[in-house]
Amino acid sequence: MKTVYVDNNATTMVAPEVVEAMLPYFSELYGNASSMHFFGGQVQKKVNEARDKVADLLGADPTEIVFTSCGTESDNAAIRGVLDSYLEKRHFITSRVEHAAVNNVATYLGRKGYRVTELLVDRKGRLDLDDLREGITDQTAIVSIMYANNETGVIFPIEEIGQIVKERGIPFHTDAVQAVGKIPINLAKSTIDMLSLSGHKLHAPKGIGVLYIRKGTRFSPFMIGGHQESGRRGGTENVPYVVGLGKACELAKKNMEDENTRVKALRDYLEKRILETIPNVLVNGDRNHKLPNTVSVSFEYVEGESILIMLSDLGICASSGSACTSGSLEPSHVLRAMGVPFTAAHGSIRFSLSIYNTKEEMDYILEHLPRIIARLRDISPFWKDYLKSQGKT
Amino acid sequence: MWEYTDKVKDHFLNPRNVGEIEDPDGIGEVGSLACGDALRLSFKLDEKKRIKDVKFKTFGCASAIASSSALTEILKGRTLEEAEKVSNQDIATYLGGLPEEKMHCSVMGREALEVAIANYRGQKVKKEDFEVVCNCFGVTDREIVKAIRENDLKTVEQVTYYTKAGGGCAKCHPKIETIIESVRKDMGKEAPPPKPEKKKLTNIQKIKLIEETIGREIAPALKADGGDLDLIDIDGNKVFVALRGKCSFCPSSEVTLKQYVETKLREFVSDELEVEEVRQ
Repeated sequence: MKTVYVDNNATTMVAPEVVEAMLPYFSELYGNASSMHFFGGQVQKKVNEARDKVADLLGADPTEIVFTSCGTESDNAAIRGVLDSYLEKRHFITSRVEHAAVNNVATYLGRKGYRVTELLVDRKGRLDLDDLREGITDQTAIVSIMYANNETGVIFPIEEIGQIVKERGIPFHTDAVQAVGKIPINLAKSTIDMLSLSGHKLHAPKGIGVLYIRKGTRFSPFMIGGHQESGRRGGTENVPYVVGLGKACELAKKNMEDENTRVKALRDYLEKRILETIPNVLVNGDRNHKLPNTVSVSFEYVEGESILIMLSDLGICASSGSACTSGSLEPSHVLRAMGVPFTAAHGSIRFSLSIYNTKEEMDYILEHLPRIIARLRDISPFWKDYLKSQGKT
Repeated sequence: MWEYTDKVKDHFLNPRNVGEIEDPDGIGEVGSLACGDALRLSFKLDEKKRIKDVKFKTFGCASAIASSSALTEILKGRTLEEAEKVSNQDIATYLGGLPEEKMHCSVMGREALEVAIANYRGQKVKKEDFEVVCNCFGVTDREIVKAIRENDLKTVEQVTYYTKAGGGCAKCHPKIETIIESVRKDMGKEAPPPKPEKKKLTNIQKIKLIEETIGREIAPALKADGGDLDLIDIDGNKVFVALRGKCSFCPSSEVTLKQYVETKLREFVSDELEVEEVRQ
């Protein structure tokens, strides 16, 4: 059975060039980058080269790049590192649709006695920036709003948000795990103070991330230890993974145009054909401000896990915001925050593409998906009821 | 990914007896679109009052569809008296087991059967007759009690896996705990071990613990920023503190610091403490 992998917002294939770049650092080049001898020195040089490549993709200065273990660590380090530097300020602003790495930090802070403001989104997953303007107080220590949403692909107006936050002199963090490598980012001309990225979302391996910290941002290290990363993150550098991420960032820059032309066209084709061939489908999220690789659709009157398992049986790997797949009993907090009706929330499916996807793969999905939805609707008691209510039977 | 048995996968990908019987002898429907799964079960009896034909329609995940399919296979050829004895465990066993988190799918099958049989007999299983314990998923005390009895459930988490009750806002968890306790007592089984409660403290212990907590958990954070905090007095559960240094000028100290100190003291000393700030 062939594998059609369209779940790239969950994780991506490690690029072959990345694997190749990493391999020597598992075997012959095993030195510690902090060592005084030549053997460590040559590794230090490679770490710095990787740092340059990450900085180059982001339009940042290499000194502003801090390597971490993952996106979740970067988010925790940013938020808690800033709060630790402003102990007198006990208010945190974020959005209702963040990834768990920020969302659950907000819950944790609430339990610790912080006041937490969660900005709401509308039916298309958009923020109302007046809510942000009104939400900021003298007590606000940090604002953290994601760059692009993992479930719907909706891109927030990050620069506008940053401008509002900056005017009040408050540090602004963005979880850009889904945006980096997919859309161009230039931190040299940006209102962002801190930015999280995760290696495995852009064809580097799992277990490596970055926190960008703009020069002059007050920050207390989250991981306390040695002098590594200029004292901002203790722990011996994960050299092979750092080198791998550097390579992945270099490739991402090279592939940025392909992502935003060919991959985007594949996504648009998939979305368009789904809407044309299957009745009662809703597209989740603002179609005008969306990552080029993501489409989230809801099939009314059927349940997402069932769709996924039938797709999986054909080798197609996607994901869903349905209750049954999240391990909880309620559909995803993102779709609920957007007010997606229950007829559709349980039947949501996300396809997220990468540069490795092809037109043939989209056609393979489109060949089978209409049949799967029809089959499940045939089993669902609500579909016939719906047709009856429409006078269609 | 869930670990489904081959039998679950088979009954999901090739479900038996899908459909609705026209002019059925009994029909039962449970669940809803909002809850994420629903099952409509209908059956027809032969002259000997055995189930001749039975069909289902299900909205839900793979295990919900497989459970429904399995139920219809189990029911064929049974009398209603025999059918009534089919439990959710029978459905799960037929499928070679279900992940515990998915047991509610088998419970949904059993519930639909119950409603369908009642429908045949001209009775109604009315939700209104029972107390709704979980508002998020509309689960009544009767359903919870039944699931605990039939499946020997011990914890709130298990009750959620089997009935969905408590799987939303979690406000009903204390109530579910009470139900578990009373049902297990009824069953002659030991109640689940009570949660460790904070020991009742003597006044001296309480004062000492409050002092320790301020010294260890609260003051260092304030000192780092040029402030400090003094314990002035304790009266019953009221704790009076005064802010010192930089903190004492801060106009916003009242709300936030009081909250912070109170949260910490409640966490480490007693849930009943209230903090008041005094200026002196």
